[in-house]
Amino acid sequence: MAIVFIPSQLAKLTGGVRKVEASGRTLRDVIDSLERDYPGIRERLVEGDRLRPGLAAAVDNAFVGLLQPVEDTSEIHFLPALQGG
Amino acid sequence: MSTMKSAPPSSKGKGEYRVIGTRPIRHDGVDKVTGRALYGADLQLTGLLHGRVLRSPHAHARIRSIDIQKALQLPGVKAVVTAADFPPAGDKVEDLGEGTVKLRDLCGNILAGEKALYRGHAVAGVAATSPHIAAQALGLISVDYEPLPPVLDVRKAMSPEAPLLHDDLFTDDLGEQASSPSNIAKHLRHEKGDVGEGFKKADKIFEREFETAMVHQGYIEPHNATAHWNADGNLTIWTSTQGAFTVRTQVATILQLPISRVKVIPMEIGGGFGGKIPVYLEPVAAVLSRKTGRPVKMLMDRTEVFEGTGPTPGSYVKIKMGALKSGRIVAAEAYLAYEAGAFAGSPFFCGMMCIVAPYDIENILIDGYDVVVNKPKTAAYRAPCATSAALASETLIDEIAEWAGQDPLSIRQLNGAKEGTRRADGLAYSRIGFLETLDAAQAHPHYKEPLKGPYRGRGVASGFWFNCGLRSSVTASVNPDGTVSMIEGSPDIGGTRTSIAMQLAEVLGIAAEDVRPQVGDTDSVGYTDVTGGSRVTFATGYAAIQAARDVEQNMKQRAATLWEVAPDQVQVSEGVYRNGKNSLTFKELAAKLNDCGGPVSGQATVNADECGVGGGFATHIVDLEVDPDTGKVTILRYTAVQDVGKAIHPSYVEGQIQGGATQGIGWALNEEYYYDEKGRMANSSFLDYRMPTALDLPMIDTVLVEVPAPGHPFGVRGVGEVPIVPPPAAIANAIYRAIGVRLHRLPMNPGRVLAAILGR
Amino acid sequence: MAKNTQLSFVLNGEEVQLLCEPRHSLLEVLRDILGLTGSKEGCNNGNCGACNVILDGKVVNSCCVFGLEVQDREVTTIEGVATNGELHPLQQKFLEHAALQCGICTPGFIVAAKALLESNPRPTEADARLWLAGNLCRCTGYDKIIRAVLDAAAVTSGEVTPVEVTAGGRK
Repeated sequence: MAIVFIPSQLAKLTGGVRKVEASGRTLRDVIDSLERDYPGIRERLVEGDRLRPGLAAAVDNAFVGLLQPVEDTSEIHFLPALQGG
Repeated sequence: MSTMKSAPPSSKGKGEYRVIGTRPIRHDGVDKVTGRALYGADLQLTGLLHGRVLRSPHAHARIRSIDIQKALQLPGVKAVVTAADFPPAGDKVEDLGEGTVKLRDLCGNILAGEKALYRGHAVAGVAATSPHIAAQALGLISVDYEPLPPVLDVRKAMSPEAPLLHDDLFTDDLGEQASSPSNIAKHLRHEKGDVGEGFKKADKIFEREFETAMVHQGYIEPHNATAHWNADGNLTIWTSTQGAFTVRTQVATILQLPISRVKVIPMEIGGGFGGKIPVYLEPVAAVLSRKTGRPVKMLMDRTEVFEGTGPTPGSYVKIKMGALKSGRIVAAEAYLAYEAGAFAGSPFFCGMMCIVAPYDIENILIDGYDVVVNKPKTAAYRAPCATSAALASETLIDEIAEWAGQDPLSIRQLNGAKEGTRRADGLAYSRIGFLETLDAAQAHPHYKEPLKGPYRGRGVASGFWFNCGLRSSVTASVNPDGTVSMIEGSPDIGGTRTSIAMQLAEVLGIAAEDVRPQVGDTDSVGYTDVTGGSRVTFATGYAAIQAARDVEQNMKQRAATLWEVAPDQVQVSEGVYRNGKNSLTFKELAAKLNDCGGPVSGQATVNADECGVGGGFATHIVDLEVDPDTGKVTILRYTAVQDVGKAIHPSYVEGQIQGGATQGIGWALNEEYYYDEKGRMANSSFLDYRMPTALDLPMIDTVLVEVPAPGHPFGVRGVGEVPIVPPPAAIANAIYRAIGVRLHRLPMNPGRVLAAILGR
Repeated sequence: MAKNTQLSFVLNGEEVQLLCEPRHSLLEVLRDILGLTGSKEGCNNGNCGACNVILDGKVVNSCCVFGLEVQDREVTTIEGVATNGELHPLQQKFLEHAALQCGICTPGFIVAAKALLESNPRPTEADARLWLAGNLCRCTGYDKIIRAVLDAAAVTSGEVTPVEVTAGGRK
């Protein structure tokens, strides 16, 4: 089961739990699995076919899209999409 | 799309590359030293009209009406436009790739709608037969303003009594939307461990507040844009920009055009630092061109650049750290509030991410706020928001070092992050080089040499900035003489077309001089994200490597055809193609291509986000002297150590470090937007907005530490932004040692330093 | 309606004649009328040096000189620094030392430095920094620019080694 780190702004939806397990072959599957346990979380993470604009997802330290494959040992983070100057 | 993870980092060290690590003359160099290079303002077109923008004199005002009739009647004036000339935005929400934005806000910054939200806010645009007539016409436009009280301080803006800029801005407070409007646009939080428990363990707790003022990127070239809305409905834009593709997206979004109708040609650019990512003049020039049927060129003057573009947020930062007697930091808590300017969306979360990023701290709590104020809408400025954050954390660590009786570099070594350390935002570092920068600083002659003399002090500080990956494209075509013409999509602000060409040359086994690099427009090269985020040498370089491999595959096939063998029987190494006794250099094979299948080209578009979370670290050492009679600070010596991964062209890497450090020095000592109580910037010229000159600085020594980044074949790390992060804190720490007082507010100008001395 | 007035002067060694308005600065005459866009506008009020040209042997901010003021006088711009297609040592050294990043300030620096070397063939680092204090650069931090100027001075004055710089900082 992949480990998903829940950012502060979604902690209410998970009852304050900051690290949850979720299963899925892709990031999208993992988010669907989270939605089953914590209804309402998907619409905070996904818009249509993509991650919500302004949101980035890191799977094992690489920033990826929804179709990214996820391993059993993967670590997943959601962060504001970073920019530079 | 290439799979990035499959490319292992090269383990080559110094001297093992032919091209990487050398210092060829940049390909565009001769044009730039002779004045031939064409920047946006240099463009000449037949039938060109000249445009200027009318700007609000009020920091906050309702716009009741705009009367353009007199202006239209001035001979030579061909068109006048206002917000009414953009398609209605309604309630549309758009995604420009960096978060959503209300279309009304995006358009509203280009030409004001119902309200002028800062002095300098664009209100109307004029096109005329000469720039002088356009300027005259501005004086003939009458705007009926109803002035409103401005809010000019980030903390005052957060109070419930503050005048509101937007009645439809509701705080996004940790994901929950507030029910009544506010100037606080967003509140985010990062948490790690339990700071309450952490502070309980501490032997001493330190807490300080810091304030920084708005500052500008200060590029010497003002903004420019030329637009031609052709009779066939196609819009061409020439502009000095950090990203032709982002200009295309922004303009197409604002004008509600399909992107296929918009072509953006990036001209040479005279500095950007993040400030030339948003569009300002392009959409106005476009609608003026549509109205007149002629190309329209628009330039800003320096006052407009200060008052009407995107400076970086001023900030208020409160930071608290708990330390053990050994100097080990056990808890850190920070509150950061950043000015977004007139519209929401400052890079405040970058400050949150960077504030204690160089350290391995078990318990961290960071709260960040994006707050609107009646100042220009802020834009990115080189490691946006990280400098203000580092001022706080690096100064506090210096205090802790003193209390713990530790050398300031040693305390950083004790607490330093390394591979596997988790940041407050949860991500764990891959292989990084922070400790190596501390070691190099400690071993440097600068640090070893004692500093003697009254009112002199030495300070150190460190800093972190991540690398954006994002997407880049490169196309390479082999010429019959063995040279390769390369088109890439990253506007070149500092020599990157050469560092990209060098990476292509290294893979193909040819000389850097045999690559002919060019920056393409939106129709001639594949999609490429902005030049910014310290990403170009890394990501566009990676695309060049993949394009070179594509070329190499095709060349192998041609050789196989020539020698009548299967392609997998051809080996290539260092640019020489072999099969048994047959051997051809790249150049020799290039001359024979028409005999074995025809011309060869290669292409790649990469998504470098997949390369892994890396980032660069820096540690700076500064010696300075304070004049006790005037408070003036003179920099005596400056050394900047940085982990650069792998320096492709060391001269340009050194240049990035020296330039970023210098901007940080100006930010520390003199630069600020000096506002009067009406919200007018009193110092909007280069005379009074005081940036460093050649007379203000000594030589800046650089040390390039090379800890290869795991995600790039040559180990490249982005280097451009980190150097601006440490200087204000390093200088604050040095001033403390020189005069015995710690300053917590930027800039540390002579008046403030003198007041600190006199107040001792 | 502004009245066009005749102007003639010597530009990069050759006589030119044109019409311009009294309100045109020399910078506008060069860029917009003559099409010599090498001199740049950075501030239009004499504070950045990007518009530097040499007027009768002296460096001036061409944004602060009216076009009509140079009647019958001699003007040298960046376009006149290389001769017969050969780069001036300053231009060559700027390239070798990577003394430019975005390049927008480079024409102004080269023109100003040319005047420096003509008045002081062996400047010290301090001389160079003082002379060039009126040229703003936001990209380089000036280090490589000063090195390039001192190295070019060594070439133009016939000396072999450039002057010492503050490696190790100011004393």
